[in-house]
Amino acid sequence: MTHYSAFTLIRKALGANRGWTRAWRNAEPRAGYDFVIVGGGGHGLATAYYLAKEHGAASVAVIEKGYIGGGNTGRNTTIVRSNYMIDGNTRFYEKSLQLWEEMSGELNFNVMLSQRGQLNTCHSPAQMDAAARRGNIMRMNGIDAELLTREEVRRRVPILDFSDHARFPILGALWQQRAGVARHDAVAWGYARGADRHGVDIIQGCEVKGFLQEQGRIVGVRTTRGDIRAQKVGLAVAGHTSHVARMAGLRLPIETHLLQAFATEPVKPMLHCVVSFGAAHFYVSQDDKGGLVMGSDLDGYNSYGQRGDLPIVEETMADAKALIPLLSRLRVVRQWSGVMDMTMDGSPIISKSPIDGLYIDGGWCYGGFKATPASGWCFAHTLAKDRPHELNERFTLDRFRRGHQLDEKGGGPTPWAH
Amino acid sequence: MLRIACPYCGERDQVEFTYGGDAASGFPALADADLDRWTDAVFIRDNPRGEHRELWQHQHGCRQWLYVVRDTVTHAIQSVVPARDASPAAGADGR
Repeated sequence: MTHYSAFTLIRKALGANRGWTRAWRNAEPRAGYDFVIVGGGGHGLATAYYLAKEHGAASVAVIEKGYIGGGNTGRNTTIVRSNYMIDGNTRFYEKSLQLWEEMSGELNFNVMLSQRGQLNTCHSPAQMDAAARRGNIMRMNGIDAELLTREEVRRRVPILDFSDHARFPILGALWQQRAGVARHDAVAWGYARGADRHGVDIIQGCEVKGFLQEQGRIVGVRTTRGDIRAQKVGLAVAGHTSHVARMAGLRLPIETHLLQAFATEPVKPMLHCVVSFGAAHFYVSQDDKGGLVMGSDLDGYNSYGQRGDLPIVEETMADAKALIPLLSRLRVVRQWSGVMDMTMDGSPIISKSPIDGLYIDGGWCYGGFKATPASGWCFAHTLAKDRPHELNERFTLDRFRRGHQLDEKGGGPTPWAH
Repeated sequence: MLRIACPYCGERDQVEFTYGGDAASGFPALADADLDRWTDAVFIRDNPRGEHRELWQHQHGCRQWLYVVRDTVTHAIQSVVPARDASPAAGADGR
């Protein structure tokens, strides 16, 4: 496999760019593996990568019903951050951000991580207090956070609405400098290439239709390309976790909901960081092509439709204009929608399931993209060692029964409202 | 935009309604102290890919709770009836 470097680039360029090899093999399924990971998104590929690299697993397959990175990995707003507050979430997401920081070097693949910082705007004294509390908790966990005044926010992002007639006057913001954005497809491709290099079979166009069970234990998967046996099966199919788990007879604390995103026509650089709007659920950044990438709330009713509905279009545009008035002059040129595993407490699940041989990584709610590396890292550990890493020991499936929910927002079991 | 045919007010835009979630799981009797049954009712969902029974409240209309059968892939609505006339699983207050 070609090692990517400036030298390789020059050498191949001089050779008229002939001789580039595929970044990963398009593998055919074998009869059996030690580990089968269902779902070839960022999480599944990262899991396979860390299983092979960190735990020496020699026989791993990732099976994907479509093409890799074609699901939610390619449908998000590419934001990475670690501004979480609840024990269990804080260190996990910080680990994830640390893995992001070393990912391009680790994978020898440029994931275009840009730590341009994230601003969470505050619009009331109570929100400033809450931001101070969150920032303090983050700092106590070794995560960077800074509370900014209105003037400091204005100096950083002058295009926000600082006028006298702003509907939601900005009082300040919580700032995380190490947050930012990354190139979403590159994450899938980088982990795929890295996993392939460690001998993982990546099998595309292979949909799971059921599970092979023997004496109450999962011993493989039934797919559109035949049966594949496995010592352990890991699900990394967020959005469809309930759907796939049901084939094994499991019901989960998850509902599937739509989340939309929007991109405007490209313009010159005008927004240098990620901004989250504290008066509504809205977030925006400017991508490398110049388009503004925006997202807001869930559509609000159960759906596997992968297409958004108009009320959220209106809400998102209203939020955008309330925060950055000049956005009203831009045209939205693209809109897309992904289906989210919304858990009952808004936090993910990386856990053994009640069925032997079946492991679940899902329930990523809004937070899946930023969690990609740590999710793979922890899920690989859970699969290999048969017990969680301390970073995911609270993301168990039975926490709901035990009353140990991780409800960052305090919203209760209303998944469409997290 | 979903169009929900309220039995009292007629067909209206979804923005007049508030979503009330899965209607399939009712709560156990209050005197029932079984942890598994309560866990199931509060937290566990079928989350079907296809026909879904769910509650909506016509908040900006008659304020009645409605029992809706809708497909979670096509979004097509099969039926809308008052929640109080729906299956007992919908619960007394429609939640």
